[in-house]
Amino acid sequence: MSDEIKKLNENDASSEAEKKPEGEVLGGKDEIAATAKRQTVKKVLVQIGLYTFLTVMAVVVLFPFYWMLISSVKTQAEYNAYNPSLWPRQFIWQNYKGLFVDVHENGIVIEGVADQLNLGTLFLNTVLVGVVSTILSLIVTVLSAYAFARLEFKGKNVLFALMLATMMIPGELFTITNYVTVGSSGLGWVSHSAAEQVTTGESFRAFLALVVPFLVSVFYIYLLRQNFMQIPNELYLAAKVDGTSDLKYLWKVMIPLSAPTLISITILKMMGAWNSYVWPNLVAGEAFKLVTVGLRGAAFKTNELINYPLQMAAVVLVTLPLLIVFIFFRKYIMRGVSRSGIKG
Amino acid sequence: MNKKKNQWKAWLYLLPALVVLGVFTVWPIINTLRMGFLEGYNSAGERLGQPFSFGFANFTSVIGYSEFTTCLGNTLLLTVVTVPISTMLALLIAVALNSIKPLKKFFQTIFFLPYVTNSIAIGMVFMAMFSMIGVMPGREPMSIGIINTIIEAFGGTRIDWVNQTSGWGANFFVLVVFIVWNALPFKILVLLGGLQNVDKQYYDAAKVDGASRWRIFWRVTVPLLSPMIAYVVITGFIGGFKEYNSIIGIFGDTMGPNTQQGKWNTMVGYIIQNVSGFQGRASAAAIILFAIIFAVTLINLYVSKKKVHY
Repeated sequence: MSDEIKKLNENDASSEAEKKPEGEVLGGKDEIAATAKRQTVKKVLVQIGLYTFLTVMAVVVLFPFYWMLISSVKTQAEYNAYNPSLWPRQFIWQNYKGLFVDVHENGIVIEGVADQLNLGTLFLNTVLVGVVSTILSLIVTVLSAYAFARLEFKGKNVLFALMLATMMIPGELFTITNYVTVGSSGLGWVSHSAAEQVTTGESFRAFLALVVPFLVSVFYIYLLRQNFMQIPNELYLAAKVDGTSDLKYLWKVMIPLSAPTLISITILKMMGAWNSYVWPNLVAGEAFKLVTVGLRGAAFKTNELINYPLQMAAVVLVTLPLLIVFIFFRKYIMRGVSRSGIKG
Repeated sequence: MNKKKNQWKAWLYLLPALVVLGVFTVWPIINTLRMGFLEGYNSAGERLGQPFSFGFANFTSVIGYSEFTTCLGNTLLLTVVTVPISTMLALLIAVALNSIKPLKKFFQTIFFLPYVTNSIAIGMVFMAMFSMIGVMPGREPMSIGIINTIIEAFGGTRIDWVNQTSGWGANFFVLVVFIVWNALPFKILVLLGGLQNVDKQYYDAAKVDGASRWRIFWRVTVPLLSPMIAYVVITGFIGGFKEYNSIIGIFGDTMGPNTQQGKWNTMVGYIIQNVSGFQGRASAAAIILFAIIFAVTLINLYVSKKKVHY
């Protein structure tokens, strides 16, 4: 590979050297050759420096992933060695098994966190929240973006500016009131005190508290509106002449044309559900536990010590879906992210 | 006639969004202001008919709590230290990525990876890497952890980074490393995007003039990239003031080493702790947070107006 770079640079340098004689009449042929050679050497050195720097940084970036994977297949004894090894002497899968099956002795769990962590339920809950909130939020976003992009009404620009202005306010400011709003003195979706009876339908109401407050993202409306506005008005007028209804036009023309933005929104929204911690931890608790809350809250202990290999196995399973989504939708994620600057 | 029909229709399309925004965005803005300025406000008390008088007591008492000032100090310090480091590092990486051809996509993908991870989950990995196992004062630990192993391999001495006996500096270092690691991908993405849009002519012109690489970097790249740099600095500051998940990821909800609870609590952490019982205090803290973010954003915009070229 480094040969390839060298070759590329040599080509570059030689083409420069060919051009030089016109400018530097005084320089002899030998001198030109020497300068060209010096430049080539310098360029190769710079390239080597660049690749070294990037490789070192890449190792730093990747090391936590490596450590997570490698630790998840170690035995606890090997992990707990005075100097942990960089490569496992023995690969085991028990840690992954321990996430789903507990080992009992005299009715007490001596190994595994299946009962405590309940990873299957956590995944299911999180996917449910992710899918439902994404679908609902796409519908709301499309309708509002359409109104702002295509329809004329009084106060449109003022309303849009006001909505954009709310983006400046940190979300934590909303959290305090929303916590009260979803509580028993408001909508009654969540009971904040342990004294209040746990009633049937508790998980459904906790689910509502997780989904509804975040249905509308002003930023996504803005993003989609910009996209809708790029679609030429002539298309709309043509459709009108053909007697197409607004909704049909929206569904048949505008949505397909803005598919990339919609896909970006979908993925970012799903990732948001997967990564959310503060709000679910605050309002849903045990009633509707999401994956990050469960993962952080579980005590991965075996024989009074933190069982890091078991913990890392859980971390791998929580991280993996995100990485898989990233591999398939890299383009959409990076596009959406570079425009938003928000994580989840 | 058509116009009137459209008016009605537009509001219908907007209805779902406006209802949700009204309840969960507009009302909170009003109510948080109200709660912040009602002295000693809590929602349970209000339900029982307890009266609250208008005043600044929440603000003055919040500022008086050492808990709060610790949170404020931690937040400011972490932000002020991590934003310049991550911006500088991201700029270097972006420029390096922009100057290579083979393997560019490969490196680009690697550097974006931290973005698509759950920052709490990966914080737990950082904790595992820095953590010693079986730490007791005055006794050899059972395991010194991988980072200490690497340090000792290079001839250094081990440090208690995050456990019971860990010091302030060691904790701070771990948090800075983790926050920078987490912040890099977004910044690299934006800066590299900016670099790719820079007209090659500027570089050719600089080369013809015989400018050195270093000079080109400071005199051509940085000025041309200044809008993007301003953007990542502003979003970095805003994100930094809202720091919470990184601390949760590393330390869990003790917000500090096991025996030193709340040591690394942040502004957002303070707000969340007070959400359930002391909404007045939480609101006051949230308003202060908003004021800081607003002020810093204005300063940033002012500075970038002077320094950002074109």
